[in-house]
Amino acid sequence: MATTDPDAQAPLPLHRRMLAHPLFWPLLALALLLLGNGLLNPGFLALEWRDGRLYGNLVDIANRAAPLVLVSMGMTLVIAARGLDISVGAVLAIAATVAAWTIGRMTAGGGTGLAPLFAAIGAALATAALCGLWNGVLVVKVGMQPIIATLILMVAGRGVAQLISGGNILTIYYPPYSFLGTGFLFGLPFPLYVAGALFVVLALLLDRTALGMFIRAIGHNPAAARVAGVRARAITLWLYVFSGFCAGLAGLLVSSNVASADANNAGQLLELDAILAVALGGTALAGGRFSLAGSVVGALIIQALTTTIYAIGVPPQVNYVVKALLVVAVLLLQSPEFRARVRALARRPARGGA
Amino acid sequence: MSAVPLRALLRGGGVARLWRDPRYASLAVTVSLFVAMSVAGGVLYDGFLRPQVFLNLLIDNSFLLIVAVGMTFVILTGGIDLSVGAVIAFSTVLLASLVQHHGWHPLPAIGAVLVLGTGFGALMGVLIERYRLQPFVVTLAGMFLARGAATLVSVDSIGIDHAFHVAVASLRIPLGGRTSISAGALIALLVVAVGALLAAKTRFGRTVYAIGGNVQSAHLMGLPVKRTLVQVYALSGFCSALAGVVYTFYMLSGYSLHATGLELDAIAAVVIGGTLLAGGSGYVLGTVFGVLVLGLIQTLIAFDGTLSSWWTRIAIGVLLLAFCLLQRLLARTGPAGGGGHG
Repeated sequence: MATTDPDAQAPLPLHRRMLAHPLFWPLLALALLLLGNGLLNPGFLALEWRDGRLYGNLVDIANRAAPLVLVSMGMTLVIAARGLDISVGAVLAIAATVAAWTIGRMTAGGGTGLAPLFAAIGAALATAALCGLWNGVLVVKVGMQPIIATLILMVAGRGVAQLISGGNILTIYYPPYSFLGTGFLFGLPFPLYVAGALFVVLALLLDRTALGMFIRAIGHNPAAARVAGVRARAITLWLYVFSGFCAGLAGLLVSSNVASADANNAGQLLELDAILAVALGGTALAGGRFSLAGSVVGALIIQALTTTIYAIGVPPQVNYVVKALLVVAVLLLQSPEFRARVRALARRPARGGA
Repeated sequence: MSAVPLRALLRGGGVARLWRDPRYASLAVTVSLFVAMSVAGGVLYDGFLRPQVFLNLLIDNSFLLIVAVGMTFVILTGGIDLSVGAVIAFSTVLLASLVQHHGWHPLPAIGAVLVLGTGFGALMGVLIERYRLQPFVVTLAGMFLARGAATLVSVDSIGIDHAFHVAVASLRIPLGGRTSISAGALIALLVVAVGALLAAKTRFGRTVYAIGGNVQSAHLMGLPVKRTLVQVYALSGFCSALAGVVYTFYMLSGYSLHATGLELDAIAAVVIGGTLLAGGSGYVLGTVFGVLVLGLIQTLIAFDGTLSSWWTRIAIGVLLLAFCLLQRLLARTGPAGGGGHG
């Protein structure tokens, strides 16, 4: 049974190995989505070099997906260690508000140059990491279920953000800050570098050190991991901090992109998109098996889907329905019970015919 | 298993025992909190302790109360239902569309909405039970689906002006002494009564508690675990659809953005009402007080007039935190605890 247990096999033929690769299905879905767009609209896949910058739908999709990519990476690791963080949208709103508030205070007080920029970045990221720490403490030290521990911040977080902003949408009148979300570096949008850098650092950290293995161990069996000497609690705590940090980075990009911070609506439903991206990328939602690259592809699929729906002119609300059906399909494909049933169904007619 | 607090009192041990037993202590804290908040409101603001203020709590939160009763059963089994707010929105839009655009009488339209909501919940239950999918992801997908379907029926808000619907909406049942109650609140009270009976007195209710306590044991006891799990999500779907109907009485409109984030309020109400999130322990009556406490926060903030609306969110978050901490504490120190360490 090569399909049920690929690890225990002698070398498989190439197409089998490709099919078994965890990134195969997500990449195929993304490629089909982009190709379908290309067929419907021949100019869709075109890239254009103008004024030393790269333009095109593909760049646009990657650029718009950057905040979701960041959040999905943090979410991937939390889910891999049997956790969940549904507060990311609220943390994004808090970080965006803190950044806008800091800039507003510093530029009003006569701050010039790049000092307000770095102060805003520092303050926003520190606040976001603190939010993550709060989640982590509730999960690890207090022992709450992750969904409930992060629910508290999800409920209260937007209230806190509105408290900081005084209930207003804070507008940012400070040109250097807009570079984060709208600037170009070496011809590519700056958010791509932020997401790319975090991905490379994280991938190296997970592959070159034992961290990736530890996280898998915690996800498969927390008690066994602890007995085996993995510092499961400390690692889990830091994963929540990291997830908050990622949401903070995303908050910087989002608020910089629109030059304002909306405590009520920034990052609305982001937690759902992030969980969907993680599931699409082949990470097991029950913990253990995870794929960082898969989540990045998952986030790109979601953004490509949104762009597609806008491009073909159906009402954007269809997006919700498509996403819902996608989640259910992915979940069913991941479910051993469903696979067994499908296999039984596939075998029965074959036997009847023989 | 279905012993009410009163019976524990009569069995001996008295009030002290009641407080030590984790099953009742959380509920006792919630009721005390409700009383304390009411008294504080009465001291701080004129006219706060009028009966109509408390009836308005019921009227303004009738849909939340209905949803929270369904959510209580789901959480008692150890699950969660994130789709409730979206199902409410879908129900309001579908109902409004059927009545306004397709010429249906409200009564058959309400029937259709209730059947659809129940079926939708049952479908999620089947996915959760048969394919061992996690409740939070399945109901998350359900949330997307219901919101999306609502916007597909109509993007814009649809006002309802059918004579029957308006008559029910403006109906006020007098309770004497210049107090009255709306039809929606009456339906909510009915749902609470039926829910409490279901939980305490029926085979279905006992199975729900048993599943929340330990699924394997429930299986081994020969209880209909599979069927009950599907029924629980179907019940939650039904409650959501009914809450949607009550919502249209309250707002006289159907809109795909109605009841956004209501699932969070419902979960908070259930938790504050003393139901253990791990399942197996809690009361429908506790949920009622959870909803009332949430409503009271809003009333207090409205009476104060100087506090901004976001304090509601923060207060609910703080309460949620306090009650989760309380649950952890009780699980550790309570006589039935001990399994909750680590």
